[in-house]
Amino acid sequence: MSQALAPLLQLRGLRKTYNAGRPNEVEVLHGIDLSLARGEFAALIGPSGSGKSTLLNILGLLERPSGGDYELDGRSVRTLDDDGLTAMRRRTLGFVFQFHHLLPAFTALENVTLPALARDGHVSAAVRERARALLDGVGLGAAMQRKPTELSGGMQQRVAIARALALEPALVLADEPTGNLDTASSDDVFALLRRIHAQADTSFLVVTHDPRLAARCDRVVEMMDGRIARDEAMVSARGGVP
Amino acid sequence: MSPRRWPPLGFELQVALRFLREGRFQSLLIVVGVAAGVAVVAYITALVGGLQRNTLEKTLGAQAHVVLTPMEETVLAARVPAPGEAAFSDTQARAQRLRTLANWPAVVQVLESRPGVTAVSPMVAGAALAQRGEATRSVNVAGVELERYERVVGLGAKRVAGTLRLAPGEAIVGVTLASDLGLRVGDRFVASTGARQESLRIAALVDLGVAELNRRSVYVPLRSAQSLFDLAGGATRVDVSLDDVWAARELAAELSRELPAKVESWQDTNAQLVSALNAQSVSTTIIRGVVMVVVVLGIASVLVVSVVQKQREIGILRAMGATRGQVMGVFLVQGALVGLLGAVLGVVLAAVMIELFTRFVKGSDGLPLFAITLPPAVALQVALLAWGAGVLAAVAPARRAARMDPAQAIRL
Repeated sequence: MSQALAPLLQLRGLRKTYNAGRPNEVEVLHGIDLSLARGEFAALIGPSGSGKSTLLNILGLLERPSGGDYELDGRSVRTLDDDGLTAMRRRTLGFVFQFHHLLPAFTALENVTLPALARDGHVSAAVRERARALLDGVGLGAAMQRKPTELSGGMQQRVAIARALALEPALVLADEPTGNLDTASSDDVFALLRRIHAQADTSFLVVTHDPRLAARCDRVVEMMDGRIARDEAMVSARGGVP
Repeated sequence: MSPRRWPPLGFELQVALRFLREGRFQSLLIVVGVAAGVAVVAYITALVGGLQRNTLEKTLGAQAHVVLTPMEETVLAARVPAPGEAAFSDTQARAQRLRTLANWPAVVQVLESRPGVTAVSPMVAGAALAQRGEATRSVNVAGVELERYERVVGLGAKRVAGTLRLAPGEAIVGVTLASDLGLRVGDRFVASTGARQESLRIAALVDLGVAELNRRSVYVPLRSAQSLFDLAGGATRVDVSLDDVWAARELAAELSRELPAKVESWQDTNAQLVSALNAQSVSTTIIRGVVMVVVVLGIASVLVVSVVQKQREIGILRAMGATRGQVMGVFLVQGALVGLLGAVLGVVLAAVMIELFTRFVKGSDGLPLFAITLPPAVALQVALLAWGAGVLAAVAPARRAARMDPAQAIRL
């Protein structure tokens, strides 16, 4: 990927404090500096309680930082109000959660078209076509009309990935995307993420516990006690896509 | 900046529908609750409406809506008090003679041209004795022009024997009076006032529905009464009938300003009935209010539970780009849908209840006690009320859903 491009996201001295001003006040992020280029595929690792999830939530605009600066897609998010953050999220971000988090009342295809429905108020033929193509791409061409409860865990996670990609985000944030799957499904899903990454200009930031998966990312950022303890490129992983 | 969404509420509506279908049991519960509330409100409204209409018909069937009579005679001061001077006087009130209403033919014309007035009937009314042989009864003689009077009171429906007509020398009398005097159609009796008397032939007997009226009523042609009471060309009162009975009080107030006459509406002469009707209306309103509050609380409590249950889904919706407003909309639309569905079912249920009432609740004569119907306007009003209640009930849960922290919601 081109180094000339401005970074997709840039954190400077980012802090997060919970229960500010109360006796149980606690700072969980102590000044994070991090930047992610367009098209990167990075892993975020670290033990429980190291602040990974908080960082991911802030990156995903689901939580606000207490201090420091966060620039996403060339724009500081500090000044945005809730609707502004939502619009930004819609334009720039896709989410894949550990527990699939599909809406059980909607079919696989409808789950994938939901972001467009929220954006446009209707589902256009083009949107539906793209959703079909995405589901085809994750190997679920035959299961589009099924409800999440009729799908296996691995299949649900594939639907969630297709949904994350529905609005062509610049960045996909994945929180333990394989944490709830057995080894075989886990490998499948991860391989799928890498394949999508190889085809599109989308960046990925994957939170994982699994060192095997982390080793298959291009870059590993390790957190420890609310700080970045290690940040290195995994040169060997490039081209290691199955 | 933000792209235009079309259709408006497209997202909210689809998600709301799915949420309602997903929680089928809960949805059914609230819809039934709303329907029951709406049915009770619509039924009570129709029932009390029917009851009041029935009471009014019975009461007003035998009387005019507005009655004009001459001003009472008062004792006038012999000398106008000078400015700053007050007259302390103690006078005995004057006895009220039977007098004619000043200029009544013109008054009748003016009244007839007034919008909302359906009939105007002049009358000479006074007390007399009815005699046949040894029997004497005191009666109220009413001299009327039958066609005009008919349109105010409708004697036709009350006729029990004979033909309804008032040729010179004929009379229509109440049934009890006729039996008291042993009279049948075609028989004669003598009506006498202090000075004059006239022999009258009975053309018809009427049952006026009130014992006192049946015992005392004698209708004669206007001219006969004029001569009996020595009021040639006069009329002692003018009866007025209106389209809208509730406009009577207002019209009476207007007329008493414009005309030199004492004007009374039926509300003035039936003050007790009016206050009873008002009490009924107030009770109905209270019942309706309480039921609507219960409906609102019911919808709200079920929706609050649903918001808590759907926390994670709300979080996902927010993460994938639904705004706070949209999440709020999803729950408001749920309230609106439940309210609407409940309203429609409730109106149908009310119609069934009314049909059952008409079919099975009957008086001693085997006829329905009184007609109750659900006017479309009332049905619509109640339905709109329930719909509004649904939206109102959803406000608190919807705000709660919108305020939810998405990061926290997803983690659960």
